Amino acid sequence: MEPLTWTGSLAFLNPILQILLLLLAVAILLWLAASILLPETTAKTNADGTMSLSAGPRGLATAAVNFTFMGAAGVAALYLVLGVFMGPAAGITGAISQQLAPVWISLILVFAASIAFKRRLGLYGKLYDSPIGMIGFALVMFWVFTGVYGALDLIVTHDPLSQVSGMKNKVPGTPMRGAEEGDYQWYLLGGDNLARDVFSRLVKGAWVVVQIAPLAAMFSFMVGITLGLPAGYYGGRLDTLLSFLANLILAFPVILLFYLLVTPEIVAAGVPNYMATVLFIFPIIFIGVLLNSRYYTRPKLRNPLLTCVLGLAIWIYLSLVSTGGYLVEAPTYKIPGLPAFADLFDIPGGILVVFVSVVFVNAPTVFRIVRGLAMDIKTRDYVAAAQTRGEGPWYIMLWEILPNARGPLIVDFCLRIGYTTILLGTLGFFGLGLPPESPDWGSTINDGRKLLSIYLHPALPPAFALLTLVLGLNLLADGLREESLKD
Amino acid sequence: MGLFILRRTGVMILTALCLTFIVFVLTNLYPNLEKLAKTQGNFRMSDEAVASWLDKNGYIAPMPVKYGQWLGVVPGWTDTDDEGKVTGRCIAGAVTAEEAAKAPSLCGIIQGDWGQSTRFKKGVSEIVAERLGNTGFLMMWVLIVMIPAALTIGILAGMREGSAMDRSLSTVSILTTATPEYVSGVIFIAVFTSSTVGLKWFKGTATSAMENPTFENFTLPVITIALYGMGYIARMTRASTTEVMTAQYIRTARLKGVSFHNIVLKHALRNALIAPFTVIMLQIPWLLNGVVIVETLFNYKGFGWVLVEAASNNDIDLLLAVSVVSVVVVLLTQLISDIGYVYLNPRIRIS
Repeated sequence: MEPLTWTGSLAFLNPILQILLLLLAVAILLWLAASILLPETTAKTNADGTMSLSAGPRGLATAAVNFTFMGAAGVAALYLVLGVFMGPAAGITGAISQQLAPVWISLILVFAASIAFKRRLGLYGKLYDSPIGMIGFALVMFWVFTGVYGALDLIVTHDPLSQVSGMKNKVPGTPMRGAEEGDYQWYLLGGDNLARDVFSRLVKGAWVVVQIAPLAAMFSFMVGITLGLPAGYYGGRLDTLLSFLANLILAFPVILLFYLLVTPEIVAAGVPNYMATVLFIFPIIFIGVLLNSRYYTRPKLRNPLLTCVLGLAIWIYLSLVSTGGYLVEAPTYKIPGLPAFADLFDIPGGILVVFVSVVFVNAPTVFRIVRGLAMDIKTRDYVAAAQTRGEGPWYIMLWEILPNARGPLIVDFCLRIGYTTILLGTLGFFGLGLPPESPDWGSTINDGRKLLSIYLHPALPPAFALLTLVLGLNLLADGLREESLKD
Repeated sequence: MGLFILRRTGVMILTALCLTFIVFVLTNLYPNLEKLAKTQGNFRMSDEAVASWLDKNGYIAPMPVKYGQWLGVVPGWTDTDDEGKVTGRCIAGAVTAEEAAKAPSLCGIIQGDWGQSTRFKKGVSEIVAERLGNTGFLMMWVLIVMIPAALTIGILAGMREGSAMDRSLSTVSILTTATPEYVSGVIFIAVFTSSTVGLKWFKGTATSAMENPTFENFTLPVITIALYGMGYIARMTRASTTEVMTAQYIRTARLKGVSFHNIVLKHALRNALIAPFTVIMLQIPWLLNGVVIVETLFNYKGFGWVLVEAASNNDIDLLLAVSVVSVVVVLLTQLISDIGYVYLNPRIRIS
């Protein structure tokens, strides 16, 4: 097998792309210079009473940026589209593009369906009016699909943990030594310092993030909302106490907190299990209060509903916090939990610790945001109207204040997922929590950085992956903010 | 105002006490102490040997007593071995009983004694002072680079909302907030220092920058931290500038015929800088995180490096000192931002 080049038989496109990128850079510079130096384009009234914008040099510069950008993006897309059909013949990009084919198909389906029905989809549909939001959403969904299909073994080319002799630190596109019939023939993005496939680890790393980050952000929100609403609504002593606790956690440097919570000794002492037991109660309280405050006037509906929902939630909660029949299993003592036969699933210790500490770090910030919003909204007329109607405080908090605070909260939710991704990377970077062979991006960056001055390929792909995912989430949040401000 | 500062100082001390107590409890959990005993003694110690080592070094006392010793409100532990030599918290090395009687009974942070580092075998205050100096120097340059750059970007983007300049600068600031230090640091090292790319403009480590900081070895760490913090400040500055630019008095100035240049510099700038001031002060504790990452990445031995060393070796006294320093930094910057806000914005007065 020949080693692959980056673009293979599509190499004739390279000079075209280079020229277009150069032109794009020049056009952007001209565009910026024009926007500073030249006067703004003015509307002029024509003789027949119509108005037109004068097409000055500024308009020309804008058009130049648009055309060169479209050209460059078009050529780049060509690499990917041709790559899907040509596969390794179109070099490394082609081969990767072919591996990612299910992701492209899903993305196209999601976008086509959403654009077709965008008027009926509420805030999500409005996202498709903002180019920034669309780019952000595309980046996020790209990684979500990559993670999910990677977990289903559709994309990965090799086992992310197996080491192949002779592939240590090999450059991207190296044919696999001793590949058998049916094996994928190349290491697409090269091998790392333990001779594992960088591409497959990258894809598996996306799954780690997609699994943990949104869920951790959601739990932080539930904790933050359950505590922030009463603090903002009631104020007084409760507010002082909760705010003090939140500020206390926020005064910790995040990394010190991680070192204190995530080391194996603390895990052995069972501290994360205690924290999980406490933190995971909040979603149950949240759901219970949410439903009860709405339906307590209709006991016939409420009683079966609450029994079912809370029963299920408590079962999931107990399965979540107990492992092998125990809530906490320290060497010296044990606290019994749900017996093993009723346990739905076990969370591996490493993941639970990481999850709990990320929720613990994020919840106080959400608390402060929700508290601020609640303090602002509780002075509105509709809250006064609900109070006059005789609604209970929890009904007002959860069904009057919370829905009206959703705009900023949705935006912050996107940003928080991004921040959680960064925190997960930080944990991996310091080698905390997840097992050392774990393919998550932070650990991979940490492994790769030691040989960075000689071999770039093990560290750079996860770095760019993390960058694009967080950038996508930030752009998505920006798009959502813009669109939600419009109405 | 005096009462306000006094109250904030009270809250600060209370927070510092709670925080150090949490750190104290977590570092004094038995598995952590066992690890400490094994790293200090030897790794093959039996459980009894571990227990006797801990007992000899005063780690077995109840948690509140030990915390009181660290604070300096409970007399420090002493231990007499078979030969009559006395060791103790307030005694350096093993001494005879008469000498031990002369040693002070209380020695904690109230008396100005921060304890001994088990990792570095030196006084904690000495280590922290030295390393804080290194980090202070790094932070100084970060702030010198970050603040003017962020404010310039924010004001240029915010003065004409929706213009080409605004859109491109806003994209740049979103991009920098989306790039955590360990990503930008790795990319910078790859591009500017590796032999594969071949630029080799800078050095990939900042170890030599501790004695002799030069442009070559100090640029990358500073840029890496500054870039991540910059985006956020720039976006806040942009938001506050756009708000000011729609204010009535700016419209009046425009109608009066003041040039755009003068409107921005003389009328808008000062009011637009009130909000970013608060943001900058609150950003400083966040920079501490970046400092830890960057100091690890570039091998620059400052405060962040001490934090990592102390935490991974369960060096209790050192970790406590590190947390005290960081909580003081966090709360002090909050206090300064509140006071500064009142000072800059005469419309707000603390009642």
